[in-house]
Amino acid sequence: MGQTLAEKIMSRLAGRSVSAGDFVEIQPDWTFSLDDGIGLIDRYLTANGVDRLAAPERIAVFYDHYAPADTPLHAHVQRVGRLLCERFGIERLYDVGEGISHQVAVESGLVRPGQMVTNTDSHTTTTGAVGAVGCGIGAAEMAYLWAHGRLWFRVPESVRISLNGRLAPGASAKDVVLSILKTVTARGAIYRSVEYHGDGIGQFSLPERMTLCNMGIEMGAKFATVPFDAVTAEHYRNLNAEVGDPPRPDPDARYVEEWSIDLATVEPMVSVPNRVDDVHAIGSLPEVRINQALLGTCTNGRFEDLAVAAGILKGRRIAPGVRMLVTPASKAVYKRALAAGIVETLVEAGCTVTTPGCGACAGIHQGVLAEDEVCISSSSRNFVGRMGNRTARIYLGSPATVAASALAGRITDPRSIPEAVP
Amino acid sequence: MRADGVATVVGDDVDTDVIFPARYLAVLDPQDQAKHLFEPLGPEINAKIRAGGVLVGGWNLGCGSSREHAVTALIGAGARLVIAKSFSRIFFRNAINNGLAVVIAPDLAAAIADGDQVEADLAAGTATVNGVEHAFPPLPPELLALVSRGGLWSPRAA
Ligand code: SF4
Repeated sequence: MGQTLAEKIMSRLAGRSVSAGDFVEIQPDWTFSLDDGIGLIDRYLTANGVDRLAAPERIAVFYDHYAPADTPLHAHVQRVGRLLCERFGIERLYDVGEGISHQVAVESGLVRPGQMVTNTDSHTTTTGAVGAVGCGIGAAEMAYLWAHGRLWFRVPESVRISLNGRLAPGASAKDVVLSILKTVTARGAIYRSVEYHGDGIGQFSLPERMTLCNMGIEMGAKFATVPFDAVTAEHYRNLNAEVGDPPRPDPDARYVEEWSIDLATVEPMVSVPNRVDDVHAIGSLPEVRINQALLGTCTNGRFEDLAVAAGILKGRRIAPGVRMLVTPASKAVYKRALAAGIVETLVEAGCTVTTPGCGACAGIHQGVLAEDEVCISSSSRNFVGRMGNRTARIYLGSPATVAASALAGRITDPRSIPEAVP
Repeated sequence: MRADGVATVVGDDVDTDVIFPARYLAVLDPQDQAKHLFEPLGPEINAKIRAGGVLVGGWNLGCGSSREHAVTALIGAGARLVIAKSFSRIFFRNAINNGLAVVIAPDLAAAIADGDQVEADLAAGTATVNGVEHAFPPLPPELLALVSRGGLWSPRAA
């Protein structure tokens, strides 16, 4: 019997052939930690008298959720984390302004195909876009990994998603993953590893694959991955990085379910409050006036996403009374968007650009909502209170939908704007 | 390992933003975290969990973020047992690794109403709800052992 990608990668780490359902104690290739969890890690290590780490070279720390710190407490835990890195010889500290962990880990080539990433963040599924697997874990277990190097995991069952055909103009990877969520719901892939396949997968660029994998967690998945192919190979060639012969799932691997999507039928989709899987074709929504538009996050804050928005907003002004926040997912994205004139276009159109990182996504800072306000966001979650106010309402859509909506002051089908349909 | 208390029942797909909002993630002590437990839903659920010690959820309890505060705030509020039809993976791991007793049991979760007296024997896979006995599949032995010793970091007598 062949193996899924999750089984292959976890077999390598276990040093024996393992399959779905097995428990393993392994050392993941990467253990990433963020400013929102670093204080807890420090607390666990200190309380347990840990004075050396098992593998500091496998650790990276990213400051993205509180970047830059907006309260004394957030500044404090960032300081605690810096001291922790110094004390334990952790060389990879991506400090304020470098960007969101998942984005930096992929765009810099830190994560390689065939690796397993753990991170104290649920959207670690994103790193699966490069033919790797990544999952979120908690702070106690991350501290344990830092100290002991190994941790228990269960090898997950896998689901195969076939993306077939070609996307229609005006539809995007975000609309694809929202369509999947509509069908399979927020619990459709709980605990499973989602593998994207199909004759249509080759048309999705690496940034688009990151969007597909990012929202795997919104289906409940442990991992979400696009197996290594020519698109992945090109990414590492551009980085001058050697990847060898990365593992791919076997053709006779066992999947507990198979889902297929006809890409030609995917339209711009919107997830409405307060459930990620309450997804509707944009044309079927009643009029929804908005107060804020957010373009950014690990879901859709990449160069290509900013470029799509700039294409729509060029030479135009966002609607009076609407604020549009643009938060590049990383410093590299920001620099590229600056060089291409995209930042200027967005600012001319009335957008506010904030520090690369998570921005307003988690309702911590840089754009929290007031009571009863409405936001259209390119992010991945619209839970009650997510953006800082329990009566505010969050709609999720593609970067094109966010830009078109900011322009009109209400949720708007990007296909109604000629520049959005290449 | 046994745990008991009075049930507080919540619905399906209860997410960690609702259980513990992100703006308090820098609060590190479980007792302090407990003050913000279920804050977006108002003060009643928090008070009920403190008084009763048992949380009962529907499908996909704890979905969303990886924040373990959602579990440690429950522990800080005195929760001893969480029962659900299903759990989101990270919440489930956080509970096990912090020594909070968790039971995955769709039928049992459906049989419990708010305010019911619940007692569970995790190793035996049995629970009584208002005196009526129910069976559920126990956790794998590796995980039961981890919960009974108090999680990854805090060995304690079972
Ligand atoms: S951008 Fe949002 S979803 Fe992504 S890691 Fe940051 S807070 Fe989480």
